[in-house]
Formats: sequence, C-alpha cells, structure tokens
Amino acid sequence: MYVAIKGGERAIENAHRLLAHERRGDCDVPELSLAQISEQLGLAVDRVMSEGSLYDRELAALAIKQARGDLIEAIFLVRAFRATLPRFGVTEPVDTGQMQVRRRISSTFKDVPGGQILGPTFDYTHRLLDPQLAEGHAPEPPATSEAVVCAMPRVTDILGKDGLIEPSPQASADSAVGDLTREPLSFPADRDLRLQNLARADEGFLLAMGYSTQRGYGRNHPFAGEIRFGEVEVEFLAEEVGFAVPLGEIALTECQMVNQFGGSATEAPCFTRGYGLAFGQSERKAMSMALVDRALRARELGEEVGAPAQDEEFVMSHSDNVQATGFVEHLKLPHYVDFQSELGLLRKLRREFAEAQRKASMREAAE
Amino acid sequence: MNAPTYNFAYLDEQTKRMIRRAILKAIAIPGYQVPFASREMPMPYGWGTGGVQVTAAMLGPSDVLKVIDQGSDDTTNAISIRKFFAKTAGVATTTHTEDATVIQTRHRIPEAPLHAGQVLVYQVPIPEPLRFLEPRETETRRMHALSEYGLMHVKLYEDIARFGHIATAYAYPVKVNARYVMDPSPTPKFDNPKMDNSPALQLFGAGREKRIYAIPPYTTVVSLDFQDHPFERYRFDAPCALCGAEDAYLDEIVTDDKGSRMFVCSDTDYCEGRQAAGHRGKESAAPWEKAHG
Amino acid sequence: MTTIDELPPGFADKVLSAQSTFRSVMDAMARPGSVREVTAAVGTPSAMMRGTAAIALTLFDHDTPVWLDQALRERQDIGKWLKFHTGAPIVADASICSFALVGDAHGLGSLEDFSLGSSEYPDRSTTLILQVASLTEGREFRLRGPGIDGAAILRATVEPRDLFDRLAINVALFPRGIDVVLVADDRIVAIPRTTRSVVQGG
Repeated sequence: MYVAIKGGERAIENAHRLLAHERRGDCDVPELSLAQISEQLGLAVDRVMSEGSLYDRELAALAIKQARGDLIEAIFLVRAFRATLPRFGVTEPVDTGQMQVRRRISSTFKDVPGGQILGPTFDYTHRLLDPQLAEGHAPEPPATSEAVVCAMPRVTDILGKDGLIEPSPQASADSAVGDLTREPLSFPADRDLRLQNLARADEGFLLAMGYSTQRGYGRNHPFAGEIRFGEVEVEFLAEEVGFAVPLGEIALTECQMVNQFGGSATEAPCFTRGYGLAFGQSERKAMSMALVDRALRARELGEEVGAPAQDEEFVMSHSDNVQATGFVEHLKLPHYVDFQSELGLLRKLRREFAEAQRKASMREAAE
Repeated sequence: MNAPTYNFAYLDEQTKRMIRRAILKAIAIPGYQVPFASREMPMPYGWGTGGVQVTAAMLGPSDVLKVIDQGSDDTTNAISIRKFFAKTAGVATTTHTEDATVIQTRHRIPEAPLHAGQVLVYQVPIPEPLRFLEPRETETRRMHALSEYGLMHVKLYEDIARFGHIATAYAYPVKVNARYVMDPSPTPKFDNPKMDNSPALQLFGAGREKRIYAIPPYTTVVSLDFQDHPFERYRFDAPCALCGAEDAYLDEIVTDDKGSRMFVCSDTDYCEGRQAAGHRGKESAAPWEKAHG
Repeated sequence: MTTIDELPPGFADKVLSAQSTFRSVMDAMARPGSVREVTAAVGTPSAMMRGTAAIALTLFDHDTPVWLDQALRERQDIGKWLKFHTGAPIVADASICSFALVGDAHGLGSLEDFSLGSSEYPDRSTTLILQVASLTEGREFRLRGPGIDGAAILRATVEPRDLFDRLAINVALFPRGIDVVLVADDRIVAIPRTTRSVVQGG
C-alpha cells in the first residue's frame, strides 16, 4: 500500500525553525549585534549595500546576520526589500571631485595636486595570519596630522585639460537617466544602463570579466588613473522648495581607468575612459567595473567586438548574482514531471536502438 | 530602522499598473513575449517570481487561488507560494481545480478541464523557445518579428534524423494563433493539447527573464511537427496505482532498489477526486487507512 | 480655473478599485465583444465616462503618455484631473502615446496616427479608449478571433461608424496594430488587434 507524501507545510516550518537555530549557533557564544557587523565586517556591509543597490548600513548588517554571512543571500534580502520602497525622485549627480577623501591613489603620476593618500588599505600588508587578533586586541590609535585644506582635482580632469583624454561622454541634461529596475532592458543598451547593471553586478563576475580583458580577451591597456574613496554629499532637488536640499553623506569608491587611445584621420588621438563606482570601500569592485565598462564601450569606440567582456548582452544578462543564484539553485526544485517525460522518451529510444542492434546482428549471423 | 510594511498582494501599486499593462498587451498579441520590468520578489528568481508577479497583479479579495507544482498542491514550493498569497492578500485558497478562479502552476496543466472564467498562470524559466538555438535576444527577437522559424524546424528535423523521433519531451514548442512560436514552459508534452482552444485564459510569467505572454481563451495552439512525424503525447502506459486513471499523466515512484516502480497521478487533486468517487488502483489504500495520510 | 479642491475624486479605494477594474478590462480583452462592467466608485470630470475614468486610474501613470482628442482636450478639468490623479503626461503627439482617450469620435483622424508598435516590439502601441453611445443597443457586429468561441455578437452604437473598417489596419499590419476599448458609461468592450468583424444588417 502506498500513501502519497503529505505534510510539506510542516516540513517547511520545521526547516525554518532549524535554520534559525543553526543561524544562532552555540548560545553560549555571545550574539552578534548589528553594530558589530557594521563596524567590524564593514567591507561585507559595503558589498551588500553596493550589490543590494541600497545605501543603508544597518539594514545591510541585518541582512548579513540573517543570511548567516552568505553575502549573496544578504544582497537578495536587501534587493527584495528595496523593490517595495516608494520612489520619491532622483538625486542630483554627486560630485566626486568634492569628495572628503580618505584614500586616493593614482598609478599614472608620481604626484598630483592633493597628493597620494594611502589611507586604510590591505595593500602592502603582508598576508600573515595575526594570532594577536585572534585573542582580541586593541589596535594602536591611527596617526594624525593637521588637515591640509587643498583641492583634490581628479586625475582624469587634469588629463582632460590638455585634451589627452576623451571628454567624459555626457548625456543631455534633460534626458532622463535609465533605470533597469523600472524599465525592461533591451539591447543595445546605453551606457547609463550598462553602468547601473555593472554597479549592481556580482563582484566575482566582474573580477573575472575584468581579469579576462587583461589577459587578452578584449585587451584595452588600462592604467588606474585614479582610485578615490571617501564621503560625498547627496542632494535632492525638491521642486516645492526650488533648490537642492542636502540629504546626507554617503561613502563611495570611484575608479577612473585611463585606457588605450583612439583617434582617426579627423580626430586627434587621446586616451579613453572606463568608469567604476561602488558604495563604501569596494576597490576590487570599482576597478573591475571600470575595466568591464571600458570593454563594453567597444562598439561605441569602433573597436571589434569579440571577447566575452565586450559583449554587452552576455555581460549584462549574466552579471546579476541574485538572478544567477536563483536560476542555478532552482534546479533543486522538483522536476519530476518533465524528467518523467524525458525518461519515457529515452527508454523508447533505447528500446528502438536495442531492437535495431538485434536485427543487425541477426542479419550478420544469417550472412 | 526602516521597518518593512507591505501592500495588498505584496506589490506596490505602480508595479501592479506596469504588470497589468503588460498582461493586456500580452492578451492582445497571443504568444508574443511582452518585456516587463520584473521586480525582485521575496523568493528566488527561477522559483516562480514571474508567475507570482502576474498572480499578484491580478488577485482580488473574491478570488480563490490554487497553486500546484508538478501537478501537486502539496509540493514544498507550491505550499510556499500559496502561503505567500494567503498572507499578503488574504485570499481563499483551494486544492480543487474546479473551485479555483486563479491557478498558478509550475510544469503541469491540471487534468480536469478548465472552465471559462478561470485563469491559469504558468511559471516560466526560459520564455524564449528559440533560446537554445540562438542565445542572443537581439537575434531571436528579429526572428519572431519576421516569423522566421526555419531554425526550429531544422532542429526538430535533426532530432528525427538522429533518433528517429523529435527528441523534445517537455517545453515542446507550439504555434499560437498561427503566428508566434511559443514556449509552453517545461510542461510535459502530454499537456500540450490542453492549451488548444481552452475556455480558460492562460498567462505566462517569466520573472528573471522579464517577459509576460498569454494565450486568450479559444485560441488555436498547435504543437510543431511534421506530416510524416506528427506530434504525439506521451504518458507511461499504465493505470494510476491509486485511482486507476488511464488518461492522466503519471509520476514514477521508485519503491525499492531492485528495479520496482510504481506509477501514480501527478495531479493529486484529480487523483484524490477519483478515489473519493470510488475509483481504485491496485495499490490504493482502503478508505479507513487513508485517514492517517 | 479649476482648483485641485474642486476636482472630482479618484477611486474611493485605490488598491481594490484598481484591482476590480483591471479584472474587468482583462476579462474584456480576453473575451473580445463581451460586455463587462466597471463597478468601482470613481469621480468623473465633465465629459469623461465612469468606465474611462476607472481605466485611467487603473492603468495610467508617469510612464504612460496620454493623448486626448479635441473634445476632451477642450475641457480643462479633464487634463487636470488626469495629471492630479495619475501623473500621466498629456502629449499632443498621438504617435507616442500609450493611451488615447477619445470623447467624440466625429473628428477622429486616421488610426495610423497612433503608435502601432514595431515588428520587434508590437506591444509598444497605443491602446485607444473610445467613448461610445451604447454597448447594448444599435447595430449588430459579428466578431471572430482569439478569445471568442466561434463568433460573438456585439450590439453597439459606435462612432465612427466605420470603426471596424478602419481597424482593417490590424489585419494588414499584424502583429503591429492598435487595441481598442469601447466605453459606454460603466460598460466596456475590448477589441484587441486580433479581433475581426463582419457587420450584420445596417
């Protein structure tokens, strides 16, 4: 006698309870606070805000806690929440030239106005596991000096003054900025949509794509013109008030790549640009994004499009980790009925194959 | 903290308007895939977000919702989606095909004939029937525009040359209203004839791929085939072990490691209805035993 | 001048009224020629019928350019009401509108002035909302096409009288085309681009 499986509802509830239990782990170990996550796992929070496309440290920390540290799951939680938020409007473009810089480096000039500022970085740390940290250890207070008030112009602007780099492609001021979360995407996609897609894209995917361009799959000779990280002010133009109202500050990492020059009989050769921008301190993301942005400009710059990173339909369709993980993981769902249909077909084909073999061997025996 | 609050049927009104407009155009152009700005839903892409958005844009307080996955109301994903709507829209739910006004499905069309006024919402993973032949959206869109479906026929014909049969067992392509080639979602081809001239409205939602398409009621839906290789339905040739049905699609159940198999209806509501009406298969439990289930 | 305070209200219940109106329009579109009712309570500015107002509140927003015919354009309160309740931009160019509202079809120009979509994106086309005298009395139209079991009979008093002749562009251009919703007070009938008609009688 066979009784069909029932009780899926209770199974789901029990699974959720078990998950909550596992998430908390050993209750003798103190529970993580959101402040601890935000302060001590700050780069994870930055990544979740960037790819979750929502600047809210507290919610991102909550998502990381709820997701047991699975950052793609945390990004998904933030995205699903973001999708329900009302939209009041679009802020004024932020001016990264006015950034309160915490770190700023250029690999193209030894020194630039405002100087090179190493700031908080893993660069030049020797990757030796630190037993002191395992014990819990108060770090030395950071070194300080008098703040030097001086302008910190962007390196690309300095190059731009001499016409050595193409002007940053500008859209007309009154044309609306695209938003792929509000409009279905169609190809070819303009750069505003491409950049939005890349800003939300999985860091690992962009890293691999950017890396592939360096290895020759759509090579474009990049120099890190400038990477800067710090705070910028966000302003919102409220129509009722008639002027831009400051909403607060956000931390951003910006990367301006200076790439292989173009030029023609009618246009003087000049460097070209690749642009990366991410919330918080997300240098790997911003740099990879800049490499891929430049690669995706191939069509616009009249270059041959052949490598994966230059193929906007390929890149934009596969960059989103929330989409990718959903579809890859959906293979866990039951596929009994389509599998059964496939199984039926396969059995039939095998039967026919065996029958044909049998007939062939009988013919051979007879000959 | 920004404590979350949610609208009726989860989606905000602006999103519903956008989806509603897409549904209307989809109905007006049968089989054509309307792009829509699919939202991130609180369940993963690939797990029914397209169907969920279509259902959410449509559902009202007087609806009665049925959700099935693999034909069954009791598979975990079906339960999860049903609970989602019971919670966010407070709608009545049912497992009875006959009583439902809206049926959201993954991979099956119910065995019981649908009636006028019902809406069947399919969850679709890959809406583009030409995708496996041509990965580029720009190309496939052009092919649909020009009704250029030769490539699909070539593929089906290559199957015949290689295997002696069209080697597509599910997501079997159809032509809708003699114009658009359409992917019916990964339903077994056994279900294809049910789409043709159905009294119910059929809506298809692909969330990750951001497409909505439709088959209006009483619309011609033809499974692609060749004169010398006509379309054939497939079901395992046995009666259901529980209800004895000989016309229903069956799940194969592995009962031991010595090759024993049992075949039972994949449509659990259909099977239970038949058993309640006194039909029996060779493995069916006596009524007093069923009470434990 | 009409002030915002003087404008008729929108839906009494934004969420559920929009839902029920959508279902009426969806059912109408899925079953061309069948008469559906819009039941939601809604305010209506001057020359706008209840069905039209409810459809506008259900489907229009910032993303849907709306074109008004002269009869509706002349009534200032209609544009204001639409802007206030839906935020939809009112456009003068019929070829870019998502929706066209026609209050008096006598002056209706060629349907090809509207957006008919492209072969790649036939959905990017105008939905024409046409106010008519009656959807229960008048000439008899026999309709065929997807959504119709055999043939559907529509009795209606429709201007322009040659509407269905004009809709022949839908045959010639398919899948491009125009979809029409006829409104008579709180009744609606949809004629999507796949519907074909044979006129019965005179």
